[in-house]
Amino acid sequence: MSVQTSPVPGLEEDRAATSKAPAVRPTRRPVDPIYYLFLFPALAIFTLAITLPAVIGFFYSFTNSVGFGDFEFIGLRNYIALFQDPNILHAYLFTLGFALVTVIVVNAIAFALAVALTSRIRFQTALRTIFVIPMVISGIIIAFVFKFLFANSLPALGQALGLGVLSESILANENLAWIAVVIVTAWSAIPGAMLIYIAGLVTIPAELYEAAAIDGASGRQRLMRITLPMVSGFILINTILGFKGFLNAYDVIVGLTDGGPGTATTSIAMSIFKGFGGGDYGYQMANAAVFFVITVILAGIQLRLTAGKASFGA
Amino acid sequence: MSTIQPTVPRPDLGGEAPRRRRTGIGTDRPNWPLTLILIVCSLAVLVPLLVTINMSLKTTAQAVDGSAFTPPAPFSLEGFAEAWQLTNFPRGLAISAFITAVSVVGEIVISSLAAFAIVRNWDRRLFRWSFFYLLAAMFIPFPVVALPQVKLTGMVGLDNPIGVAILHIVFALAFNTLLFTAFLRSIPISLEESMRVDGASTWQVFVRLIFPLLAPMAATVGIFAFLGSWNDFMMPSLITTNPELQTLPVLQQMFQTQFSNNYNIAFASYLMAMAPAVVVYVLTQKWVISGLTQGAVK
Repeated sequence: MSVQTSPVPGLEEDRAATSKAPAVRPTRRPVDPIYYLFLFPALAIFTLAITLPAVIGFFYSFTNSVGFGDFEFIGLRNYIALFQDPNILHAYLFTLGFALVTVIVVNAIAFALAVALTSRIRFQTALRTIFVIPMVISGIIIAFVFKFLFANSLPALGQALGLGVLSESILANENLAWIAVVIVTAWSAIPGAMLIYIAGLVTIPAELYEAAAIDGASGRQRLMRITLPMVSGFILINTILGFKGFLNAYDVIVGLTDGGPGTATTSIAMSIFKGFGGGDYGYQMANAAVFFVITVILAGIQLRLTAGKASFGA
Repeated sequence: MSTIQPTVPRPDLGGEAPRRRRTGIGTDRPNWPLTLILIVCSLAVLVPLLVTINMSLKTTAQAVDGSAFTPPAPFSLEGFAEAWQLTNFPRGLAISAFITAVSVVGEIVISSLAAFAIVRNWDRRLFRWSFFYLLAAMFIPFPVVALPQVKLTGMVGLDNPIGVAILHIVFALAFNTLLFTAFLRSIPISLEESMRVDGASTWQVFVRLIFPLLAPMAATVGIFAFLGSWNDFMMPSLITTNPELQTLPVLQQMFQTQFSNNYNIAFASYLMAMAPAVVVYVLTQKWVISGLTQGAVK
């Protein structure tokens, strides 16, 4: 379905419809009150469940509240402390790095799979069905399955092959645990990105490839000169959506490493949630506010880059 | 998503096989090397699932050694029986199903109504601004508001599956409203006008004309709602305080210590939690994939 060109379709028609009425002058069409009723539930739950907590949270980020009882305003002290807290800095560094690596891995594999699955292959439906399965599986449950594989099967394999690095669980290794997190997150996220790429690939007119073939273009040339440019918008949207999603990493990490070993794989979301028990409620609200700013910057980039592709708002 | 036509030439990844379709004969020759590569790659998806099934069918005595690829000897359903009782699987299933059902219905109804009101009154500032207000939710991930939200839901007695379902609805609102408004704008208003001339009220127009037309989008929203709700761990684990009201994904985490090295029980439990969604998906895969793709390109 193509998305509208005018931002206000329906408006002109509405006006036209009302002007047919025996009106003396073009008055504004009255709004059927039921429309307010239609809109109300969405606005109400949104305000109560997002706007209100956001405002409350922002307020508490300037206090030394521990989550209950008395508190006082301490100005920007939470924010200043935040930027000097090695744990918080590490969580941001880890999450940003993890999101970057995962976005690259996911897009490279998803794109390759999408190209392959739209080629003239056998068992196309069956293969596509299989490759989408991870999308319907809970991240934390598959993380538990992989945790078992990483803790038992992979070391067994490493020992059999005599590979020193792999003969112990990579989940217990501070420097390698993040790789496991990337692998499982990618496993879960690839199908979604792949479906977006498939949707993009099937819009490329076959004539382009035929013409290229007549001109003697190689497979590589067709990929570089036709396929990639034609799906560049989809690459962009997958990159941004993926990056934003991976910044919220939580479920898979809880299942795999629970932030460990030590705090090696503690994500921003996990650090914020420490505000529940750690007695630093106000402090973690400041953390959440900083995280919010980062999300807004990313969303701004998203809107700017996708302007003109109105439908890609999500 | 349009079905992929096998006859349309598609690029492969650098041309593993010599191409000879200029003559028009042999165009339908499947690319076997690529097919084989894909079959091998599909193992990356299948192996974790097969290991899950394999481990779940072992006896506790056999599973304890932690070797994933030895076949069960003897076959045993002991793990399933234990997991069923230990995690109270029927209750977890009921709670997960309840949250998922409320989220699916709620997301479809609330956002389609809002989208209809917004599109039909786009000339009104209130409705236009409401649209942008709702879209702002895309800028706010759950972790940002989680701490105050947990307090609020606790205060108003929504620290339970109903609260979780409401939050699932709210956090999907922006995306869903966007999908519905984009789709509604493509529906010609003339249909609606002829109904109104016949004296239909706005409500009747919505129920009898607009909602049926929205059905394909509603399916897309419904599928995303189902997957998001059924598989979510973060929200139920933080919002629901009573452990007896937890969803299947959260139960798997709560019972990690009890599972310990009884891998057959653990994997039987994982399998029971994953199976419903996977089975439904495999049975309806064509429909689900087209729904997911619609959402993806919108």
